[in-house]
Amino acid sequence: MRIIVCVKQVPDTNEIKIDPLTGTLMRDGVPSILNPDDANALEAALRIKDEYPGTTVDVLSMGPAQACYALRECLAMGADNAYLLSSRAFGGADTCSTSTTLAYGVRKLGDFDFIFTGRQAIDGDTAQVGPQLAQRLGLPIATYVQNIREVKEKTVIVERQLEDGYQILEVNRPCLLTAVKEWNEPRYMTVIGIENAYRKEIPVWDEKDIGIDVQDCGLNASPTKVFRSFTPPPKGKGEILSGTVSEMAQSLVAKLMEKHIL
Amino acid sequence: MSIRVIKEKCRGCALCVRSCPFEAIHMSGKLPEIGAACTECGSCLEVCAFGALEKVDDSRKSDIDISEYHDVWVFAEQRENELMPVVIELMGEGRRLADKIGCRLGVIVCGENIDRLTYELSCYGADVIYYADAPELKTYTTDAYTKVIYEAVLRYKPEILLLGATHIGRDLGPSIAVKCGTGLTADCTKLEINPEDKKLMQTRPAFGGNLMATIVCEKHRPQMATVRPGIMEKAKYDRDHECTEIPLEVSFEDGELRERVIKMVKSLREKVSLTDADVIVSGGLGLGGPEGFDLIRKLASRLGGVVGSSRAAVDAGWIPHSHQVGQTGTTVRPNIYIACGISGAIQHLAGMQESKCIIAINKNENAPIFEVADYGIVGDLYKVIPAILNALDGVE
Repeated sequence: MRIIVCVKQVPDTNEIKIDPLTGTLMRDGVPSILNPDDANALEAALRIKDEYPGTTVDVLSMGPAQACYALRECLAMGADNAYLLSSRAFGGADTCSTSTTLAYGVRKLGDFDFIFTGRQAIDGDTAQVGPQLAQRLGLPIATYVQNIREVKEKTVIVERQLEDGYQILEVNRPCLLTAVKEWNEPRYMTVIGIENAYRKEIPVWDEKDIGIDVQDCGLNASPTKVFRSFTPPPKGKGEILSGTVSEMAQSLVAKLMEKHIL
Repeated sequence: MSIRVIKEKCRGCALCVRSCPFEAIHMSGKLPEIGAACTECGSCLEVCAFGALEKVDDSRKSDIDISEYHDVWVFAEQRENELMPVVIELMGEGRRLADKIGCRLGVIVCGENIDRLTYELSCYGADVIYYADAPELKTYTTDAYTKVIYEAVLRYKPEILLLGATHIGRDLGPSIAVKCGTGLTADCTKLEINPEDKKLMQTRPAFGGNLMATIVCEKHRPQMATVRPGIMEKAKYDRDHECTEIPLEVSFEDGELRERVIKMVKSLREKVSLTDADVIVSGGLGLGGPEGFDLIRKLASRLGGVVGSSRAAVDAGWIPHSHQVGQTGTTVRPNIYIACGISGAIQHLAGMQESKCIIAINKNENAPIFEVADYGIVGDLYKVIPAILNALDGVE
């Protein structure tokens, strides 16, 4: 079997702070990491490889040259090959445009049995690129997958997470699955894996390599544009009550009654 | 569009470099250079004190004629023939947007035996209901719903299509958007109509809620957005509201539907309807342990509300994730939100700051939660909550 895993390198949003003076994001020193859900997608692929020897797991990403770090992490976890789509022409892409470029990358990689991706990336939180990629490649899809129950000859049976439980879903193969973090616990990199990871060459492909017109990628091909961006305004600070505990409690209840909130 | 540096005006102060959320700007000598990571978010335009940056239009024209597209549509998601609560919020918001544009509010609904749903949707203010009634549409599958809705969009051409950002909406939205060749903005928390050109301005959080971005889809239609549940005002119910119903043709060929739902498994977790609650009392790490939630429950039940929590309390294993309020939990906007022993990390604030009245109880007077609270009480929650319970008893 061959599984292609699409991953993204993202800034660790838990580490982002806001500059209190300018109100802007402080990106200095914010580490870049392999997007957490994508690590679950890769782990799911590696488990299939453990179960079915002879399976190849290839990782594909689109991003700046530094995204090689995330790809090396994937190799160190046990992926067989990694490929990076990188070009100035791909820059500024929205999810729609990103999915087009990834689709060209996947087509260049050739036949496969599965594409796995994470449910969503923590910098954008859109969860759109997976389904968009499936649609572009004409593949059936299951999003929010929390488990594979059975890989059959022509289909796969998965558990698809919903807000109030999950569906058991049978999906034709080949297909695209997006992984949630509940699916598994991603493995650690091994020493041998890390060594191998640094020996392996990661091909970097630009628009010519994957045969995409520059008008069809990056900002040029993005239907949505950022009109403006801003730091969320804090809600105006309210009233800090004073007095003894019982006075504060009395006064709170009185104020809520007065405003008909209670 | 792209961002251009006006060399004559730039003083090389590099403020723009630091302001860029995407690290797309680097200094090349004394001038900033806009790199490939630029999304034209405009952060740099705002900080530049010399007006040395500008947005220029250099994009390719799209082939579609956007003037052919009219009306605001809402996708009415049903599960087991019940409308999802977010649908009623979308109806409220859709009505507001349609009135601003001066167009009709349409609803598209798929399912089997859905007469009652179309009636409800009419009462919630739909002017036109497009409905597809077929056994293949009883429960959601990507292929079936995408096909039906895509064909309806092609035929009836809505200018705006809103979906709830549920697991299903976030599966369906991108699939339809690609079919229609249009853009999609995920998980919006605010929608507005630009008074000048009547286009939809879609605001959403990014970077874990640290940054808000307003997105537009200028040259493609429909303008599509998924909307976060629990944010928009619900539509009013009016038994006498009248609407037109238009049936959609549904036919599937053999092998066209490539996903089959075998079974639905309901989770056995305690059902916590945070999004529907009028009152939420939440506990955080300040409780000191899982038993602290007993007191939280007491206050919640006294006020007829439900129990929420911060992520930290969930991570500590004190309470299940279904209670979590915030960026990675549930977004809520109750009438009263009482935060007890919650410091107010930005991810938590992102999920509750739209609440109508926020009350914070915390020992630490510098806790960020006080920045968003309408009323703050600095003190030990184990003393304050019993005192509030007492005070409540006193008034009745």
